[in-house]
Amino acid sequence: MTTDTISAAADTPKAAGFISSQRWLLWSGIAALCAWVLVPIYLVALGALGGRQGVYVWPKTGLPTGLSLEPFFLFLKTEGVVQSFLNSLGAAGITVALSILLGAPAGYALARYDFRGKDSYRLLVLLTRAFPLAILALPLTVSFIRLGLYDTIIGVGLIHTVLALPFAALVTQGIFLGVPRELEEAAWVFGCTRIQAFFKVVAPLALPGIVATAVFAFVISWNEVFAASVLTVRNRTLTAYLLTVLSESPMHYRFAGGLMLILPSVVFIFAVRRYLFAIWGISSK
Amino acid sequence: MTNSRPWIPYLLILPSVAFLALLFVVPLVQTIWLAVSDNGAPSLANAERMVTDINFTRSVKNTFLLTIAVVPVQIAIALAMGTMVAKVGRGRETILWIWTIPLGISDLAAGLVWLSILQNTGYLNSLLFGLGIIGRQASWLSYQTPVALFIAIAVAEIWRGTAIVMVIIVAGLNQVPKEFKEAAEIFGAGPWTRFWRITLPLIRPALQSALILRTVLAFEVFAVVYALGGRNFPVLVGEAYNWQNQNQNYSVAAAYAVLIMIISLAATLIYLKALKVDPERLP
Amino acid sequence: MKHIMSFGILASTVLAFASPVLAQTVFVSTQLRPIEEATVVREELLKDVGAVDYVVEEPPQFAVRMEAERQAGKRTVSLVGALHGELSPLADKDTLEPLDDLAKKLAASGMPQSLLDLGKLGKSTQQYIPWMQATYVMAAKKEALQYLPDGADVNALNYDQLIAWGKNMQEATGQPQIGFPAGPKGLMARYFQGYFYPSFTGGVVRTFQSADAAAGWEKLKALWTYVTPNSTSYDFMQEPLAAGEVMVAWDHIARLKNAISAAPDDYVVFPAPAGPKGRGYMPVVAGLAIPKGAPDKAGAEKIIEHLSMPETQLLTASKVGFFPTLSVKLPPDLDAGVALLAGAVTATQASKDAVISLLPVGLGDKGGEFNKVYMDSFQRIVLQNEPVADVLKAQGATMAKLMTDTKAACWAPDAKSDGPCPVE
Repeated sequence: MTTDTISAAADTPKAAGFISSQRWLLWSGIAALCAWVLVPIYLVALGALGGRQGVYVWPKTGLPTGLSLEPFFLFLKTEGVVQSFLNSLGAAGITVALSILLGAPAGYALARYDFRGKDSYRLLVLLTRAFPLAILALPLTVSFIRLGLYDTIIGVGLIHTVLALPFAALVTQGIFLGVPRELEEAAWVFGCTRIQAFFKVVAPLALPGIVATAVFAFVISWNEVFAASVLTVRNRTLTAYLLTVLSESPMHYRFAGGLMLILPSVVFIFAVRRYLFAIWGISSK
Repeated sequence: MTNSRPWIPYLLILPSVAFLALLFVVPLVQTIWLAVSDNGAPSLANAERMVTDINFTRSVKNTFLLTIAVVPVQIAIALAMGTMVAKVGRGRETILWIWTIPLGISDLAAGLVWLSILQNTGYLNSLLFGLGIIGRQASWLSYQTPVALFIAIAVAEIWRGTAIVMVIIVAGLNQVPKEFKEAAEIFGAGPWTRFWRITLPLIRPALQSALILRTVLAFEVFAVVYALGGRNFPVLVGEAYNWQNQNQNYSVAAAYAVLIMIISLAATLIYLKALKVDPERLP
Repeated sequence: MKHIMSFGILASTVLAFASPVLAQTVFVSTQLRPIEEATVVREELLKDVGAVDYVVEEPPQFAVRMEAERQAGKRTVSLVGALHGELSPLADKDTLEPLDDLAKKLAASGMPQSLLDLGKLGKSTQQYIPWMQATYVMAAKKEALQYLPDGADVNALNYDQLIAWGKNMQEATGQPQIGFPAGPKGLMARYFQGYFYPSFTGGVVRTFQSADAAAGWEKLKALWTYVTPNSTSYDFMQEPLAAGEVMVAWDHIARLKNAISAAPDDYVVFPAPAGPKGRGYMPVVAGLAIPKGAPDKAGAEKIIEHLSMPETQLLTASKVGFFPTLSVKLPPDLDAGVALLAGAVTATQASKDAVISLLPVGLGDKGGEFNKVYMDSFQRIVLQNEPVADVLKAQGATMAKLMTDTKAACWAPDAKSDGPCPVE
């Protein structure tokens, strides 16, 4: 019945014109938003590849003024870059794994149960973002030295997990709330234990939330600078290393460093995009 | 939910609580103590110094103004992005992926790129100069142009932070059953009504999460503001850092941090009460 | 997705156990951070000194790290290189190893005693060994010279001439062309302590709220009408100079170097202007220190000795533009930009009306708050247009309390004091 109405509307030429102008509006809106996102990234690339003087040109034309890959070669030649890249991956991996392991159960509890201390728990978890980490850095570093976590990638990963935990808990809570309880209860009726029901029924439907947690965890860990710099001496993450070294360097190096640092996050999100945006509007009834 | 085993939720949150207690709560308590003590005895001296500082009122005002200007706009843009992309068939994931690219950019790089756009010799001025709108370099970021500076910082922050909100809201939009909207359409509801009466209430959990997270992060805004505004636009976290790094006074910095914490927690409580998401009432 | 997660967990576990443990001396430095300079340090300056891990660090992280290692009682860092002002809080907490033997050796081989005394940081033992020194100068594009007022010699300007110059440039180009590093990480505080106050009042602390000071602030307000308002965003003047946003700038020589070295023929470098009481200037010193409990004290001392050798100091000067602390003559074949800067430094030190202003000594960890007194005065008087007398009175009271709290005695150019330095 619905489909008849819609296809009938599509057949009439007047309605077809109306629909295509709607589509045109939609696509121009999407294109505008894409440009809004991509133009500044393009400008980062321009600054990175334009050579030492490229950033000082006036007026700027927005077109490449000459290609120079010198900053990238210098980065790759600098000792310790590859090791710090691996360190960053390691810290990000720990962050992703731990924040899901700790955050998803908490999200489930927040979504399905009404228990005393629920709001207090939410406030506790948000505290890690409500309090600037750099101010905590001193007592935190002292604890880490005493716990033997100083100058290790595990230590950095643990601290990044603390930062990613609010995202993990709140995002998974929101997602679990959207998965109807009846599905779980139906699974129990059919003989699954609670845990089986969770993994077979709820988790697949909550996949976008879990993947979103992974994305936030990765990005937060990758881009974090202060804790990663203070807590390590030799086992620096790439971000900590580059941004420390570049903070007083010539402009085009800073652009090059910024450009290089975006890439892993962008690649990671590209790899998981299907799971992140899956199950669009699937009927859950 | 049947409460036959009331300890289940506590068991589920136990790992994270233990984790935070070990790694975070102890340094937190030590820092809070630093803020409210002076030479070992409880005292409000640090709070007093913080409040009488010449930049205190401005930094509070600026932080609030920026949050109020940025967060609603980002929510609106994220909702628009979610609804727009729902109507797209193929290419949906790629478009969404493009829109998440700002997530990967560190705040320092984001500050750098917007500075390169808005500084005197930047791209905006080059564009205006090329179009003949301005005769020579215009200053958008100086203390003599506070409104332009505020708008510049707001725009840069909106650019940088919308992706976070978008991912959460899109995840929530994912879960709205199609049948509800189709049924509403059959009964004659227009697109706006469908959006306001059906979609928005159903994504309340996602909306609440997005609002809480984005607002808490907004009170901590720093790197982009300092890249663009320098000394001209003090914000709370920036002042905290100044007291710790420039003035080498860890106690007053801790006082600022405690203030930020109180503001963020208060805002969170407001969101939790105003946008109550009751597990019992959802479909 | 599951694969990515498992890979991540696996990789991180492997990495966690695979981090190599290197038995090297760890040398953490807040100086020579830019990538090109750090490469020079690793590849040339520290080449023959054994296994050293040169780690650069930003000052905020440096302060937190040193204090955390002290509180935890377990040191990873053996040698630190930092500014006088960054080492002062460390000495205040007694965390630095006394280096008196090294100091005696270096005094014998040509390090001036006045510099070595700075390294005591007001204590009785040597806290750091002076590593490199620098100062602040002004730089201008050659095309700005045409706007100099009549009779002005760019190497011996006074403030009135600077103001006239600024006025000419603004009228000719339509925009203010003078710039100061008044940004959040700019070194403007040193301008007030080392240049402004000595030139106008002959003192730094004693004369903080004197009539000379009030007159000086009025002059500064007049000058500021010809200074670009973007100065409150500038941390390093080399970028605005290279971008053409300003034609005349005051800053630390290391923060002007990039612009000047990139185009040495386009610039002149000259001493800062003189006020009624002379031409104030401030030498800044970076020092090398060994934290107490360092894992490799012997290795650290070896590095200090190596970096204090005349050859290394000359190499440092020619490659990174920081000047030697030993009394050595600079070689003639310096980088053109560095040579220009060196010329201005010599002109500053040798000028007849020079008033030397030393780095603050004895302020412990209140050095930052000391800077804040001057910067707050600047913000209130120049940026917010508050009445000079009221601001000086209020800030003078803050200064006086600071001095009594730290019990710091006066230092040059103030006359010596018996107790805490008074604000007259």
